[in-house]
Amino acid sequence: MTVHVIDPAAENLKPPATSVGVVGWMRANLFNGVFNSILTVLTLILLFQTLPPFIKWAFIDAHWLSGDACRGADGACWSVISNNLRFIVFGFYPHPEQWRPLLAMLLLVGLLFYSQNRSRWNKPLAWAWLVGLISMGILLKGGLLGLTAVESTQWGGLPLTLLLSVFGLTAAYPLGVVLALGRQSRMRVVQTLCVIYIELIRGVPLISLLFMSSVVFPLFLPEGVTLNKILRAQVAIILFTAAYIAEVVRGGLQAIPRGQYEAAESMGLNYWQTMRLVILPQALKIVIPPSVSILISAFKDTSLVVIIALFDLLKTTKSVLSDPQWMGFSAEAYIFVAVVYFVCCFFMSNYSRRLEKELDTSL
Amino acid sequence: MAASASPPDTDLSASRFYNDPAKRSLIYQAGVLLMVALLAYYLISNTLANVERQSIATGFGFLEKEASFEIGESLVPYSAADTYARALWVGVLNTLKVSFIGIVLTVLLGTLVGIARLSTNWLVSRMAAVYIEVLQDIPVLLQLFFWYAFFYEMLPSPRQALNPIAGIFLSNRGLMMAVPASHPAWDFMGWALLAAVGLVWLLRRWARKRQARTGQGFPVFWSGVGLLLGLPLLVWLLWGAPTEMDVPHLAGFNFKGGIGISPEFAALLLGLVLYTAAFVAEIVRAGIQSVSKGQTEAAKSLGLRPGLVLNLVVLPQALRVIIPPLTSQMLNLTKNSSLAVAIGYPDFVSVANTTINQTGQAIEGVAMIMIVYLCFSLLTSAFMNWYNKKIALVER
Repeated sequence: MTVHVIDPAAENLKPPATSVGVVGWMRANLFNGVFNSILTVLTLILLFQTLPPFIKWAFIDAHWLSGDACRGADGACWSVISNNLRFIVFGFYPHPEQWRPLLAMLLLVGLLFYSQNRSRWNKPLAWAWLVGLISMGILLKGGLLGLTAVESTQWGGLPLTLLLSVFGLTAAYPLGVVLALGRQSRMRVVQTLCVIYIELIRGVPLISLLFMSSVVFPLFLPEGVTLNKILRAQVAIILFTAAYIAEVVRGGLQAIPRGQYEAAESMGLNYWQTMRLVILPQALKIVIPPSVSILISAFKDTSLVVIIALFDLLKTTKSVLSDPQWMGFSAEAYIFVAVVYFVCCFFMSNYSRRLEKELDTSL
Repeated sequence: MAASASPPDTDLSASRFYNDPAKRSLIYQAGVLLMVALLAYYLISNTLANVERQSIATGFGFLEKEASFEIGESLVPYSAADTYARALWVGVLNTLKVSFIGIVLTVLLGTLVGIARLSTNWLVSRMAAVYIEVLQDIPVLLQLFFWYAFFYEMLPSPRQALNPIAGIFLSNRGLMMAVPASHPAWDFMGWALLAAVGLVWLLRRWARKRQARTGQGFPVFWSGVGLLLGLPLLVWLLWGAPTEMDVPHLAGFNFKGGIGISPEFAALLLGLVLYTAAFVAEIVRAGIQSVSKGQTEAAKSLGLRPGLVLNLVVLPQALRVIIPPLTSQMLNLTKNSSLAVAIGYPDFVSVANTTINQTGQAIEGVAMIMIVYLCFSLLTSAFMNWYNKKIALVER
């Protein structure tokens, strides 16, 4: 026989101060157990030893806009960036024309931001992208509509990095889808060719393809025909990315149940109709998140064109560092480039995570 | 899309050959093959014409010629008078060296960060998350440049070398470490360790058999640790316990003695390990999370001790999820080691690149790079297939 005594005062009692609020949170998350307490203390010591000096170096003692005053100073010398920003961002693009790549980049960013919301994905948007990409190309290249032509040898910096990754992915995607369909095909010859291509490309590092683009591609072309270096690197990046996209798309194709194929067939659709109307719309939806990861790695991988001496963002930064006036400020310069890459990739990966959650209809 | 031959009954036109899917597919395939062959013929004939016109040598005859360039670091004896073949072999070994050490360190660091990510300690978990997010999103080449600049610009010259721990010197000439002075005891200790490994393996097999037969367990772990530590220690004591150390000391502008790690190698290793470990940490985290909580609880309710729960229930299931993506990250690390060419570590791509520049035989050079990396990939996927077969779920 238990007797429950209900104390009216107990109803209004608050939980003990040590289990709610800041103290409670700290007890639950930082000091739960001896081991975790030691871990917390050690981590805090580490943070106190590294963070304040870093903040002092990077912000408090830093030089932001001064010219030569940096040398011998204690703090970071961000002047290496501010004094060379135009060269780092635009490379050798002619000074008076630099509004054009800037406009192209803004256009790209605008399109990307507008396309974030999935409810806006429709035909007009696809056309807008097509028009946008073409006008970006025209803005960079010029020679039309009264714009002075700018040789592609003068392209560089961030626009080049974006160009290589965005155009690379746009062109690689259809190729990747075709390769994935080929790999799933029942025609032995087609299947074998696709498997050989995909495994060959995936087995070698991108840099070997870039070497190929810079020294072997010219030999492939008939006498008198030359492709410029950027286009050759772009072709290498497309061929490389397509193989990875093919594998991602294959994953999507394999996730479509057999019944879908059979149902399409029983409706009398032929192969291309089945793929276009039934299979691909479902498969491509599944593979949107992994495709964004491929975009991220393609974006990071474009930095490899440094090795074949194209002036992308990393290379322009490096060439600023080889200027005697700015020699020795590598840490500042590389941190700046790292922040640029990080911000772009962070947005993309966050977006991919959000999409994954939105598209997950399993619950 | 099943191939169902149409019965040749009433309509003659229906049995035309192009109405038979099997025959039609043969025609398509022949067409594709023809197109690929034409493309290949076009490219090859262009290449042959260009090679002829620019009088570029062809074939692999250059491999036997004298390389006449020095290589900074090498695992096998090499001089500029050796052949290109030997120079390339040095490159392959250097690639394997950085990949092997890199993979071991990556797995250790990645596992640590992955476990830290799952820690109930908020601070530790956040720090691991920041590490993973930041390092994944910065191109590995940029990280390599950063560490390379770190070694060359930010570290002091050998005269003012940092000395964080006794016997270790950090300067812009790289990392110098004290090693035990050469003594025959060290060789024999190596053999003793090898023998101990063999014994532990035999012991484990015997213990498993005995357990299967009689149900009696045997403390394999502790006796194994004892063997691995004890046997070399015994040899060391038998040789009179030599303790002399070969400590690096300044001689002129650089260090003498001890063993050194070049700044190029250190920068490459550091960059690759920190970058890849971020991906490995995510894989480890996902692997551990994939084992449902019920498994741990069920194992505990059977009365298994925490160590056994981890060993017999959680790890075998987590590893099944972890190993396949982990091997592909190992392969990625190996492929990314080719970026060594950008910071001057003489890996295979770097040596092949020098060879291309000297001989002008780009096709052969690039083909060799591709073949070597394809071999690495094929070996990895062979391992994967074997492993997948070994751990495949046997369902009833």
